[in-house]
Amino acid sequence: MNYFSQTVAFLFDGANWASTSINPIPVRIGEQLWYTLLSLVITAIIAIPLGFYIGHTGRGRTIAVSVSGGARALPTLGVLTLLALLIGIGIGAPIISFVVLAIPSVLAGAYSGFESVDRRTIDAARAVGMTEWQIVTKVEIPLGLPLLIGGLRSATLQIVATATLAAYIGAGGLGTYIFLGLGNNDFSQALAGSVLVIVLAIVLEIVFSIVQRLVVPAGVRAGRSTSTRAGATRSRAVVGSPLQEGNK
Amino acid sequence: MFTAKKGRLAVMGVVAIGAMVALAGCSSSDPLKSGSTGTASAGTIAIGSQAYYSNTIVAEAYAQALENGGFKVDRKFNIGQRSVYLPELASGEIDLIPDYSGNLLQFYDANTTATSEADIEKALPSVLPKGLRVLASSAATDQDTYTVTKAFSDKYKVTSLSDLSKVTDPLTVGANAEFQTRPYGIPGLKSDYGVTASLKAIADSGGPLTVAALKDGTVQLADIYSADPSIKANDFVSLKDPKNMILPQNIIPVADSKVNSKAAGIIEKVNAALTQSKLIAANAESVNDKKSAAVIAKAFLKDAGIVK
Repeated sequence: MNYFSQTVAFLFDGANWASTSINPIPVRIGEQLWYTLLSLVITAIIAIPLGFYIGHTGRGRTIAVSVSGGARALPTLGVLTLLALLIGIGIGAPIISFVVLAIPSVLAGAYSGFESVDRRTIDAARAVGMTEWQIVTKVEIPLGLPLLIGGLRSATLQIVATATLAAYIGAGGLGTYIFLGLGNNDFSQALAGSVLVIVLAIVLEIVFSIVQRLVVPAGVRAGRSTSTRAGATRSRAVVGSPLQEGNK
Repeated sequence: MFTAKKGRLAVMGVVAIGAMVALAGCSSSDPLKSGSTGTASAGTIAIGSQAYYSNTIVAEAYAQALENGGFKVDRKFNIGQRSVYLPELASGEIDLIPDYSGNLLQFYDANTTATSEADIEKALPSVLPKGLRVLASSAATDQDTYTVTKAFSDKYKVTSLSDLSKVTDPLTVGANAEFQTRPYGIPGLKSDYGVTASLKAIADSGGPLTVAALKDGTVQLADIYSADPSIKANDFVSLKDPKNMILPQNIIPVADSKVNSKAAGIIEKVNAALTQSKLIAANAESVNDKKSAAVIAKAFLKDAGIVK
């Protein structure tokens, strides 16, 4: 028996899935998912409007880039311990530290999405008489959506993996198996916890790719590089403006 | 578009298979074991320590006392868990480490019936691998305790684990995750004392988070090591264990043949001076005053008259 086959045995043992187990796998997965979704929603509420504001006005970009860059370097375990000492054991401290972890990705996704919009498109929108609000909601948000969702995707991945740390202060989640396994030299159990996190991460990736297909407007998707590559390049040259401006 | 999707799936598949192969390759060797660090040169005593500040202070005290006695010492501190350093000791990569008697015995004999310190030390020599021996232990012990706040102890008149059955409120224990399965953990509380408690797994081994949880009432009982200065600092009460459910953990050095009788004599002198209060005081200097192990060990040895 090696660790890997013991891990498989652990994962497929019905007793570990039953509610009578000390750590029923469905309950721990539920906790892990709940922490991930809760942190993601809080992150989105904070970071998306802020990112849109920065992207639309261009104000505060330098500060946002340096602060979020710095926040990326914060070790989550340290933040978690510090917060738990301040506000006590419970789910508050882990959720806040996961939000701190996820904000940089979502913020960057939001403002770089806006920045990726061709300035001429925005000028054109302004020229046809759109208000600033209309430009934001009808031009910049739809066109910047792919990058924003990309940011949310990477934030989700980071949270779902890091949410194992919730078990460090007794909040459960899949980290329970990892800490219990390490404490008892039961490495196959620790590995089983890790495998479950990986599976969860892959499932969330798939969900996000489906969401991305559903929410990105057809017109925006048509303009993305993957579809232009798939389409015939020659026909595009014919359709495109014959007047080359020389700087493109 | 379609081919791009397929390509991604293929990559995922390759990664998954690669991971399986890599994991299978792990086999049953210890994944936490670090690579070989090479055997210490002849005449030098390599001293190890656990990745636990208090253990490192004791190891440092041994090291300084041996240096004072003319031995050459190689410090290989912060090795980590028993499953890592005991094999290194057996293979000669380290020659000496301060360990804790009860856990040391349980590591080699999980089904041991010894519960008192004397029985444990009687049982130890026969279970140690060939070439290893234990030296005389210290009176200082650093063992798990069920610790409560003074207020809790007064309210329910609880000073011992056998008093706990009188408490009608639900009990939660703050301790490391493995407390859920250990014989002196939640299962032992039930079988030895008839007390039902649930576990709040806090992974800092009785550190500041566990102490904070005990103080703010998140947990009513906490597993705090008996040599931890926070017990005294917070006026906590460690519950007595009349049934010896928790194994004693006196500090006991494990040594190989490189530690000759002269070296053993020096180490045993250090152990004789290391009382429970001296150990707690040393730990407090580390936790509260942030002094280094070397400074604390030196002051202790000077105070004990072992070095000048």
